[in-house]
Amino acid sequence: MADSLPRHQPHRVSGGLLDPRQLLASFPDAVRKLDPRLMVRNPVMFVVEVGALLTTLSALKDPGVFPWVIAAWLWLTTVFANLSEAVAEGRGKAQAETLRRARTHTTARRLTDWRPGAEAPPEEEVAAAELQLGDHVVVEAGQIIPGDGDVVEGVASVDESAITGESAPVIRESGGDRSAVTGGTKVLSDRIVVKITSKPGETFIDRMIALVEGAARQKTPNEIALNILLASLTIVFMIAVITLQPFAIYAKAEQSIVILVALVVALIPTTIGALLSAIGIAGMDRLVQRNVLAMSGRAVEAAGDVNTLLLDKTGTITLGNRQAAEFLPVQGVEADELADAAQLSSLADETPEGRSVVVLAKWRHALRARGEGELEGAEFVPFTAQTRMSGVDVDGRSIRKGAAGAVTGWVTDRGGRPGDEVHDITERISQSGGTPLVVAVDDADGARVLGVIHLKDVVKEGIRERFDELRRMGIKTVMITGDNPLTAKAIAEEAGVDDFLAEATPEDKMALIKREQAGGKLVAMTGDGTNDAPALAQADVGVAMNTGTSAAKEAGNMVDLDSNPTKLIEIVEIGKQLLITRGALTTFSIANDVAKYFAIIPAMFAVAHPGLDRLNIMKLHSPTSAISSAIIFNALIIVALIPLALRGVRYRPSSAAALLSRNIWLYGLGGLVLPFVGIKLIDLAVQFVPGLH
Amino acid sequence: MNDTLAGWLQILALVAALALCHRPLGDYVAHCLTTTRHLRAERLVYRTGGVDGDAEQTWPAYMRSLLAFSAVSVLFLYAFLRLQNHLLLSLGMKPVAPDLAFNTATSFVTNTNWQAYSGESAMGHLVQMAGLAVQNFVSAAVGIAVVAALIRGFTRKRTHHIGNFWVDLTRIVLRVLLPVAFVFALVLVAAGVIQNFHGAQALTTVAGDHQSITGGPVASQEAIKELGTNGGGFYSANSAHPFENPTGFTDLVEIFLLLVIPFALPRTFGTMVRDRRQGYAVVAVMALIWAASVTVVTINELHSVSSPAGHAAGGMMEGKEQRFGIWSSALFAVSTTLTSCGAVNAAHDSFTPGGGGLLIFNMMLGEIAPGGTGSGLYGILVVAVIAVFVAGLMVGRTPEYLGKKLGSREIKFASLYILSTPAIVLVGAGIAMSLPGEQKAMTNSGPHGFSEVLYAFTSAANNNGSAFAGLQANTVWYNTALGLAMVFGRFLPMVFVLALSGALARQRPVPVTAGTLPTHRPQFVGLLAGVILIVVGLTYFPALALGPLAEGLH
Repeated sequence: MADSLPRHQPHRVSGGLLDPRQLLASFPDAVRKLDPRLMVRNPVMFVVEVGALLTTLSALKDPGVFPWVIAAWLWLTTVFANLSEAVAEGRGKAQAETLRRARTHTTARRLTDWRPGAEAPPEEEVAAAELQLGDHVVVEAGQIIPGDGDVVEGVASVDESAITGESAPVIRESGGDRSAVTGGTKVLSDRIVVKITSKPGETFIDRMIALVEGAARQKTPNEIALNILLASLTIVFMIAVITLQPFAIYAKAEQSIVILVALVVALIPTTIGALLSAIGIAGMDRLVQRNVLAMSGRAVEAAGDVNTLLLDKTGTITLGNRQAAEFLPVQGVEADELADAAQLSSLADETPEGRSVVVLAKWRHALRARGEGELEGAEFVPFTAQTRMSGVDVDGRSIRKGAAGAVTGWVTDRGGRPGDEVHDITERISQSGGTPLVVAVDDADGARVLGVIHLKDVVKEGIRERFDELRRMGIKTVMITGDNPLTAKAIAEEAGVDDFLAEATPEDKMALIKREQAGGKLVAMTGDGTNDAPALAQADVGVAMNTGTSAAKEAGNMVDLDSNPTKLIEIVEIGKQLLITRGALTTFSIANDVAKYFAIIPAMFAVAHPGLDRLNIMKLHSPTSAISSAIIFNALIIVALIPLALRGVRYRPSSAAALLSRNIWLYGLGGLVLPFVGIKLIDLAVQFVPGLH
Repeated sequence: MNDTLAGWLQILALVAALALCHRPLGDYVAHCLTTTRHLRAERLVYRTGGVDGDAEQTWPAYMRSLLAFSAVSVLFLYAFLRLQNHLLLSLGMKPVAPDLAFNTATSFVTNTNWQAYSGESAMGHLVQMAGLAVQNFVSAAVGIAVVAALIRGFTRKRTHHIGNFWVDLTRIVLRVLLPVAFVFALVLVAAGVIQNFHGAQALTTVAGDHQSITGGPVASQEAIKELGTNGGGFYSANSAHPFENPTGFTDLVEIFLLLVIPFALPRTFGTMVRDRRQGYAVVAVMALIWAASVTVVTINELHSVSSPAGHAAGGMMEGKEQRFGIWSSALFAVSTTLTSCGAVNAAHDSFTPGGGGLLIFNMMLGEIAPGGTGSGLYGILVVAVIAVFVAGLMVGRTPEYLGKKLGSREIKFASLYILSTPAIVLVGAGIAMSLPGEQKAMTNSGPHGFSEVLYAFTSAANNNGSAFAGLQANTVWYNTALGLAMVFGRFLPMVFVLALSGALARQRPVPVTAGTLPTHRPQFVGLLAGVILIVVGLTYFPALALGPLAEGLH
């Protein structure tokens, strides 16, 4: 009942917090990354490193406080950049350690000749690492499952906490969509036979370790494009500074190598250059923190671009079961009377539908649920497939509740006349996508129908607002359901999805994905069954549920360890947040340059052209303090922004135009203004350093 | 009528005329670039040139045709200049020196029209008409052809074809430039611009001096000089010469002509991409920068006066024609430096440091507001690609412009475009300033002398062609260096634009949703203008600091 639920709260995608100790712990890694062979992969920071080397040589040749200050801070700038990457990787490494512990070297009990139904086939002991594709192994309570596979025989409860972090055991059984088991997890009860589906060294845990450690990390298409732009800007600024020297010599204001290097470093986009790779790693990490494993960074980026979301109705849009929503009495019957009868008939009904009738009566009509023992001499009639109704006989009254045909038949048999009205009501409910349950009574007044209970799918709370948000983000939602079109339409309208696919077969799903993609759209979906696998592979973002089959997990490019289909929406938001963080910091980085010019240019040339001192609008103390302040600001801003890079910028779902305005004001204008303040403050401090005045 | 009122009226008349022509001219050019029907004259051209008018080209083929055509044009013009003494109507002019001939040939083929010579004392009538004026037509058409190819990159889907260079070139010359230039040549003749084949005429001035004045087919050349944003004057004094630009009316007509195509092409763009709002956004950015620049330069020239004589004249009248005054000189100067035209009706060298500095900055913007014929629009579209890329990231999607994704390929070519012109300007000026021998060409010392060199390379690399006067650029070194700057400044960006077009045309368009960055709203107009100013400002700030800023700030 969406209207009675608490108002939907705006939510926020957030990442883990940054522990200052992580910074210290990652410091040695950051220094190790100064190796030029590693640095060269990041052109912007490589230029800074070369600049640091040049200034150091210059300081050695021509010692002084100023050259040493610049050299030291340029080295720090490089280290800070590496630090951001090291911290981002460090978090993954911790996770990988936990996973490694799960990958103990077990021995497997391989069945050499297993056939379905075979009694006690011969078995042999082998190392888990020797298992080949298609081998069958038997695992019993207390043993570790030696490799990824599908259960082909038996049912067992399995502790998957090593992977999911969730301590409650899960059921894995042969056949169906809950057959996949993961190597390294532990069987808690019973005995299962598992068919191995992964090669040694390529198990799910192995891949997870590689992913969270960032070993498998490749630059994503978007990251490459941004890198090209940053490299071009770096070249432009290097040309601008290198050609400045002949102009300066002509103006009789030749500059030292230290100052020229300082100017280059101040201008090139070091802030984003330093944080770019940390942003990418942290994006993957934010997914891992939500128990989602993305098989590639490309998939995370694609999630941000998604135009169409295919969502399974059950579990994503609606709660798992139908619930009583309304009591509709026939003419001449009070609603309270119907509710009372309905509640009595459902007291022994332990199905979710039955309990929902009791709850609705209590909530709408203030009828306290009576315990079974409270009713003297009550005789409960359980539901059977033959009668298709349930009920109770108490105080000389017989109450029945069930499918329309069955209950009206019961009334007619007892001499009552159900009347056309009942038919009208049930028809109306069916058309609106609900399920009618007719309630009838047989007492002193004879057998008659009291009314109808309207059972319907209950749309999850807040889901409508979620879809509104998605619509504002330009994402179309399509509900996938096995229901008939009538029911599907009603639920689709209530939930506020844009479109639905009723009586959906895997082929229909596949066709829908291909149709959307043909129009240039990117499609995301979740799935768990083997028959979902082709669609998962076809979708641009396919999130497989961890409870699903290995075929599904193999086909998707993400796995949700919590098996929560609603998470697809969060995944999209994380993808967007990743791109926004990159764009915002790029804007910030470039906007910073304006203030740096106003600090450095007058410092360089005010001696030769005193008029240029009017550009010193920050009234910085001296040329050396001005240049030092700009470089120190440039280095410190990297450290200051590491938390933002790891957490991602704040993202609220809204239209592109609104998002852009907000981010331009915040990061564009902020990037313009902040360094003026920062450089001035640093200048106020460094002017007291002897040698910088 | 006082100067202020006249100035305002002139600006209003100009804006009204441009606004009136925006839609019909823009749509007409779009029609010429998209129709499948050939005129009889065009078929004749294709048959003569052995071209299949219905065939389409891939971007490398389009580029090869364009480069081959331009190379042949340079060679032809070079030969023409070297051999002019053997030709008709040479007026007894000597052959042009090899370095100057190279400089002049590249200058006219690249739509720059940098002139290291005086027209009246170096070029015969035939060279002017059959050599230089022909290039005025075709070099302008080449610019429009390239932007046509770029627009097709946006509109087409999953193809390798971006049009046919020969068809685009022929159509633009025959259907657009020739008729419009013809009509306005007549207008100019009627308004007093000369059109004859007279040689030098000796006469005695009022003061008793002897003067030799050359006549010639000026009006016909004047029309295309402005219309094609070429700017190469028949006379050395260019549009300050009374035979080229006799009255306030002809002055207004010339400013109108040099702006009309660049300001109409965004309409062509909007029409071709089937979303006119996109064109309006682009033209709004162009108009915004143009208007701001006109305002600042006019105010600078009106109010930065230090001498009593200046006060008496009502502003900085040094180097400006009495018959145009401050307002019209500022309007002309801004329009010509923002369009890659380079025609002048005043000496830019004599502008105030602030005004002159802004004229350099106008060119540094990359000639995109509104820019040269075609080159202005493709220039601003490439910057738009960069702006959309950064802004697009900030809305959380892989950036897309007009439904085309901006991936690494697209950004690579756009970045190279943005990179190439500043590199040519700064490296050129840097080398010039490190050669003590070449510093002799500077007639001024101090920051103003440096501004002249910076202006020359900025003008050449951005294909503007106007000069800051003070530099004696007719030396072997400057002729060669500026010639190379013009060639690379013209054709490197063109190659990158065509490559970008090819990358875009291959794509399947992405549908527009609420999550797509809108590129037609005031928000985007502001963003694009901001990106243009910041990127250019950051690139050139140090150099500008040592030139106009050092001179202007006391």
